[in-house]
Amino acid sequence: MPVSGKPVARPARPGLLEFTYLPSILKGMWITLRHMFRPKVTMQYPEQRWSLPDNYRGLPALVRDEEERVKCVACFLCEYVCPPKAIHIEAQEIQTGVEKGPRVFEINMLRCIMCGYCEEVCPEQAIFLTKEYTTVGVNRAEMIFPKEKLLEMGGIRPDPIKKWQRLTSKQGPSETAHEPVCAGRGTAR
Amino acid sequence: MNGTPRDLPAGMEGSHELEQWILTTRLADYVAWGRKNSLWPMPMGLACCAIELMAMVAPRYDVARFGAEALRFSPRQADLMIVAGTVTKKMAPALKRIFDQMPEPKWVISMGAFASSGGMFRSYPVVQGVDEIIPVDVYIPGCPPRPEALIEGIMRVQQLVEEGARAAQTGARAGRPAPAAGTR
Repeated sequence: MPVSGKPVARPARPGLLEFTYLPSILKGMWITLRHMFRPKVTMQYPEQRWSLPDNYRGLPALVRDEEERVKCVACFLCEYVCPPKAIHIEAQEIQTGVEKGPRVFEINMLRCIMCGYCEEVCPEQAIFLTKEYTTVGVNRAEMIFPKEKLLEMGGIRPDPIKKWQRLTSKQGPSETAHEPVCAGRGTAR
Repeated sequence: MNGTPRDLPAGMEGSHELEQWILTTRLADYVAWGRKNSLWPMPMGLACCAIELMAMVAPRYDVARFGAEALRFSPRQADLMIVAGTVTKKMAPALKRIFDQMPEPKWVISMGAFASSGGMFRSYPVVQGVDEIIPVDVYIPGCPPRPEALIEGIMRVQQLVEEGARAAQTGARAGRPAPAAGTR
């Protein structure tokens, strides 16, 4: 098979100056020196933090409404939709008008991939992704967050659905059922 | 920290008292101080977590500030293994072998959901958590975790190095607890 193209010739033999390596060293030092006067890009992490966008997806957490009630009604939708099956729920009856609530609500943070499906699917807007992104743990058991810890992480978020009001009032759900629901993300923390 | 060599406070330059110029410490503390500020990580990059691992070493996050910038691609020179990514059962023997080749003392960070627990891949070819084959010191959630989270993990390992030195002094063995049952 004929060889196509022209082979590259070796560069000319280095002269005495190149032989001492001094030009190369100086060239390298010049690059280093130039970088010393460029703007610094390092973020001094533990002191400086990144400013997170509103739609940042960090660790998921449960929220309470403005009257400190757990908004989750243990419908198991998030457990069902969770791709890595990180959520584990056990339901219980509660006596406040809404018939169900979670007795056990655990999220295995080492399974969680912060996809946000749970937040998207939740009909009660009870689970949200927080902006927490620097949690580390030294064993697996401590990375399974129980309900109390998730509620503490989530904090209080006003309830646009007002299910307690709807379910306990005599008029029934017809009046408030079509109320526009605005999910204001990024207001939980 | 006890035993950290530090600069003398201002105004002590002229002091002739010997105590001002001599710093005493315990050898174990001194060694731990050296170790924790020069962790040499073995980057076990197996998936996209390795991209964040690279970002952590790059100028923006610059892990050189913590003395852990010397990524060693030879296990013989490393003392911190960062398992970043999905550990398949095919990769597991190689990973175990690399861990065994690292000289003691050594620490392991399991970075990301897939290394820590198998994450989304609850399937037959994936090891359900790298702690099934090697002992893990620090777990980092996230898919992948941000470089900050990994820096947080390295800071936690530095703490563990110090605590290990303390425990060795008091005679207690700094053993890693086995993973608790029912946490898969």
